[in-house]
Amino acid sequence: MMRFLLLFSRQGKLRLQKWFTPIPEREKKKIVRDMTTMVLARKPRSCNFLHWKDLKIVYKRYASLYFCCGLDAEENELIALEMLHRYVELLDKYFGNVCELDIIFNFEKAYFILDEFLLGGEIQETSKQVVSRAIEASDMLQEAEIDNSDYDLELGWP
Amino acid sequence: MALKIVKGSIDRMFDKNLQDLVRGIRNHKEDEAKYISTCIDEIKQELKQDNIAVKANAVCKLTYLQMLGYDVSWAAFNIVEVMSSSKFTYKRIGYLAASQCFHESTDVIMLTTNQIRKDLSSPNQYDTGVALTGLSCFVTPDLARDLANDIMTLMSHTKPYIRKKAVLIMYKVFLKYPESLRPAFPRLKEKLEDPDPGVQSAAVNVICELARRNPKNYLSLAPLFFKLMTSSTNNWVLIKIIKLFGALTPLEPRLGKKLIEPLTNLIHSTSAMSLLYECVNTVIAVLISLSSGMPNHSASIQVSLRSIQHYLGLLAMSKILKTHPKSVQSHKDLILQCLDDKDESIRLRALDLLYGMVSKKNLMEIVKKLMLHVDKAEGTTYRDELLTKIIDICSQSNYQYITNFEWYISILVELTRLEGTRHGHLIASQMLDVAIRVKAIRAFAVAQMATLLDNAHLLTGNTQRNGICEVLYAAAWICGEFSEHLEDPLSTLEAMLRPKVATLPGHIQAVYVQNAAKLFATVLRGQEGAPADRTVAQETSQLLIDRLPLFVQSANLEVQERASCILQLVKYIQKLQQKDVEVAEEVTALFAGELNPVAPKAQKKVPVPEGLDLDAWINEPPSESESEDEGRKPKGKAVFAKEESKHTKPRYTEVDEKELAKRREVRKAEQANNPFYIKASPSSQKVYQDGVGVEHIPVVQIDLSVPLKVPGMPMSDQYVKLEEERRQKDKADKKKKDKKKRREKGEKGRRRKGDSGPESEEDITPAHMVDITTEEMPENALPSDDDEKDPNDPHKKSSKHKKKKQKKEKEEKEKKKKKKHHHHHHHSDGAGDESVQNGNVEEEEPLPVSNQSSSIYSMCDIQGNLQDGSQVVVSVIFENKCDSFIKAMEFNVLDSLNSKLQRPEGAGPHDGLTVPFQLPPGISNEARFVFSVQSIVMPQKLKGTLTFIVKTDDSSTHEKLDFKLHFTCTSYLITTPCYSDAYAKLLESGDLKGSSLKLEGVSQPFHHLLARICFHHHFSVVERIGSCASMYSRSIQGHHVCLLVKTADQTVSIDAKCDEPGLLGNVLDEIKLTFSQC
Repeated sequence: MMRFLLLFSRQGKLRLQKWFTPIPEREKKKIVRDMTTMVLARKPRSCNFLHWKDLKIVYKRYASLYFCCGLDAEENELIALEMLHRYVELLDKYFGNVCELDIIFNFEKAYFILDEFLLGGEIQETSKQVVSRAIEASDMLQEAEIDNSDYDLELGWP
Repeated sequence: MALKIVKGSIDRMFDKNLQDLVRGIRNHKEDEAKYISTCIDEIKQELKQDNIAVKANAVCKLTYLQMLGYDVSWAAFNIVEVMSSSKFTYKRIGYLAASQCFHESTDVIMLTTNQIRKDLSSPNQYDTGVALTGLSCFVTPDLARDLANDIMTLMSHTKPYIRKKAVLIMYKVFLKYPESLRPAFPRLKEKLEDPDPGVQSAAVNVICELARRNPKNYLSLAPLFFKLMTSSTNNWVLIKIIKLFGALTPLEPRLGKKLIEPLTNLIHSTSAMSLLYECVNTVIAVLISLSSGMPNHSASIQVSLRSIQHYLGLLAMSKILKTHPKSVQSHKDLILQCLDDKDESIRLRALDLLYGMVSKKNLMEIVKKLMLHVDKAEGTTYRDELLTKIIDICSQSNYQYITNFEWYISILVELTRLEGTRHGHLIASQMLDVAIRVKAIRAFAVAQMATLLDNAHLLTGNTQRNGICEVLYAAAWICGEFSEHLEDPLSTLEAMLRPKVATLPGHIQAVYVQNAAKLFATVLRGQEGAPADRTVAQETSQLLIDRLPLFVQSANLEVQERASCILQLVKYIQKLQQKDVEVAEEVTALFAGELNPVAPKAQKKVPVPEGLDLDAWINEPPSESESEDEGRKPKGKAVFAKEESKHTKPRYTEVDEKELAKRREVRKAEQANNPFYIKASPSSQKVYQDGVGVEHIPVVQIDLSVPLKVPGMPMSDQYVKLEEERRQKDKADKKKKDKKKRREKGEKGRRRKGDSGPESEEDITPAHMVDITTEEMPENALPSDDDEKDPNDPHKKSSKHKKKKQKKEKEEKEKKKKKKHHHHHHHSDGAGDESVQNGNVEEEEPLPVSNQSSSIYSMCDIQGNLQDGSQVVVSVIFENKCDSFIKAMEFNVLDSLNSKLQRPEGAGPHDGLTVPFQLPPGISNEARFVFSVQSIVMPQKLKGTLTFIVKTDDSSTHEKLDFKLHFTCTSYLITTPCYSDAYAKLLESGDLKGSSLKLEGVSQPFHHLLARICFHHHFSVVERIGSCASMYSRSIQGHHVCLLVKTADQTVSIDAKCDEPGLLGNVLDEIKLTFSQC
């Protein structure tokens, strides 16, 4: 099971965090700090896997963003790497050539996509098409509601 | 497109949406905290409004702030409000915020149960979706209990979108509320065959996770999973199933046999690395569970391992190594290649593997490779790791794999060349251990240690805090203890008493002093055999008497004590020598006694003295109340306690004397290594001095010839060859014997032929035996059967040594002082070339002062100051070579335009500097002078004078000495390490100007040459490839100097680049001069 997924920039700024098991705030902050210092200190073209406490850490750098996840000790590191890549592909498809700014300004969308892809630290849907279809459908629903609410507002109904 | 519309409509509605917040934070980088606190105030206002859209916007912003590390737990109730909005847009934001901010102790979670239940049963599948997603993050035992039934119903929902989410979240529910597992399991099992692949894979996921926690209960599902494995084409699912089988096989070996074939098929057919890796892992688990090896299949694993990313391959190999070491050993080359990898974690994994892979046959080869890596390793941590691994590998299981200890000693000696390692003590302890336990090696070890001592300056080098000097501790001890093997004890003794020894750490000096005495005894014994040569013995005594005072002044109590003790002893011996008394035997008797290794179980074998119970209280422990008011203690009890202590205490100490000694050793070692341990206080030190009040300052002797590889020291490499030859010979001998036998035995012998194919482990006979069998046991040891070595015994490798030494009672010490008639030749010997070699000159002829041949002698070392680009520090060592007292020394230099002596404020430009000490006869001391230098491009020569007063018993005279100081360009260079990539960048930058130099007829080996350049001209080697090396140094003013040194047929060509051509030209001239002098 995946324990957490973090996205952070080269400067160590957190861009997204997802915790699949409940962890106290203080512990979260410590993990984030440890991960950023540990991963950022790695030289380019180093191995993508690390051991940290009883977890396996898998990370990969995409442009200026580091994708980093913590796995249970018995998990397969290579599949986690593929999961990270799949997530990047999904983001790319949604935003169209995704960049760090997309994730900063639309961070809730990045979460929604992640929630359709992973659930409780396990893969929920392996098909890219199915995931993007679900996201699209939710967005359409939201759009329809917003249009209605605009209409409500114009009529003076809150 | 859709996104833009959504954004646009939100923009219209609110003053500050999420995008504005993010932008605002980015624009307020300086006062981010302040900006955010105003934002939070705004958000609080927004949350107070009734409009749910405004609230949702505020909650969305809070979710962002939460990620930045701000506490938003105060808004938990508002989040619940937004969650319960009827609109999907807001509900989505609410659930997202909840999944990010809520945890089990958030109390408002209790309020959400009904809302979540409502959402789960919503007709809109996306409402149900967000509720399930959110729940997966913050599900509590209460929520799990209350909602388990609702989620179970959702597992059979018509929409696969809901089914797969429900299946996955069931796992979380099982974890929080295990009672739900039994009723839900049949339905979960059904989902393994769901028509939708997404639901199917979710079910596989959940069952695999459950099975991994408790494999036994899921064995019955194995056939179903086996079917899935052979039919499924989804790699994600396959990986899960194969992982599950990895957990099941240890419980059911038959399953393993069945799995091997489909797994090997997958290994050969799949192109996905992740699947391949999972298959290999499971095959390994299968192989481990099947005790009988399956060589065919392990071969197929090996093929696949090559292609897997190195790190994981190495991890997998370490698993195989535990059960099938042979199949990994054949991959030695591959693993050795991993040592070249850029990634340190891969290299460390490879090292771990090597540890388990060595055998008698390949040890030398592996260590040779490792030694190569040590030479080129960057970064001290990794190099230290290599060093410890080399030692671990060689010393494991009691040196089981070492067949030639001469080779091992040379490896250890080679390791001492490592600069800046922290593991000097480790090498030292290995040297001691081997020298003590392998008797056959002692002669060789002693010879090596003597060379080490002779070249001690290479180890201590310029950096005083170098950990490697610890090996001198071992070297000195081995030379002293086994001095009968020394070829020339006198020269070793001389080496141990050099003034530079005084710069070593105290505990090493102490060993030096003690072992100098042992060597002295050996020299005396050697000389008395030939009475014609008595003068040598007397000169040796004189040498000790001359040199030991240096140690008597040591700040270290241990050194001081030993030195003064031995000094008095030697003085007495000298007196006896002058009366022609034979003393060798008595002196040798001081150090008589054989040192033997102690068996690891020796301590255990000591019979417990009758009536000893270490667990019993010596004194009855005072109870709480007693300690409070001891006065009211009942009298009878107190008497009893006292009696107890009288009986047991002395016995206790008697028995534990060994233990105490051990503890004392440990404590001493600790104290020696502990910088906070207060050593002899300065005030107590003064008592020992001759009352003159001379401060003792360590003397830095400037070394003359500097071979990095000690000449005449055998290199470990040659042993690899020798070993091959030896084995060949052994084999040949064996064959001969075999032939004979075969001829004798006829038919029988032929049948055995098949066995003697490849060289097996047992065939290799060690050249030296580890002397473990003759370990010493306590005299009254109990005979017992459990003598076998316990492999887990932590004391197995311990090298406790016991020594029986007869301490002769100290004779009365003679206090009469002797007249010295000894001149310090050894210092003046090299004054000539020294000036050139170090590029720091002391041109000074000792001038006769008064009618005695007394003079002051000094030498100096010029070094740039790193902190200040225009400063040079000159350390001058003054030595008084006359019999009189010298005081009031004044050092003065005629300043040039470029270089000026820095004088204290208020002093005139021609005033001299007072040297801050006085010199009693025969003593030397060091003073430092700072010069400020403007340009460092040209070498400088400064004229100076030293004035001083020579004080004899009845008169005092004023004397003057002229000298010249030569500031070479080299002395402005500072050894600076440089990485090869930075070096390449520097050369590429094109700012540097080139120049070159050719040296003809240089016959010394290349490493020698490099060492000379490093030592004399303060360069460091960046990279060395064959007979070509790049070197780097920096001037105190930041000029880069790069050299490319090539050698061929006694010709050395140096291509040099530097941003200051003048400096470069002069440095090259100086290098040329260095090599023309040798």
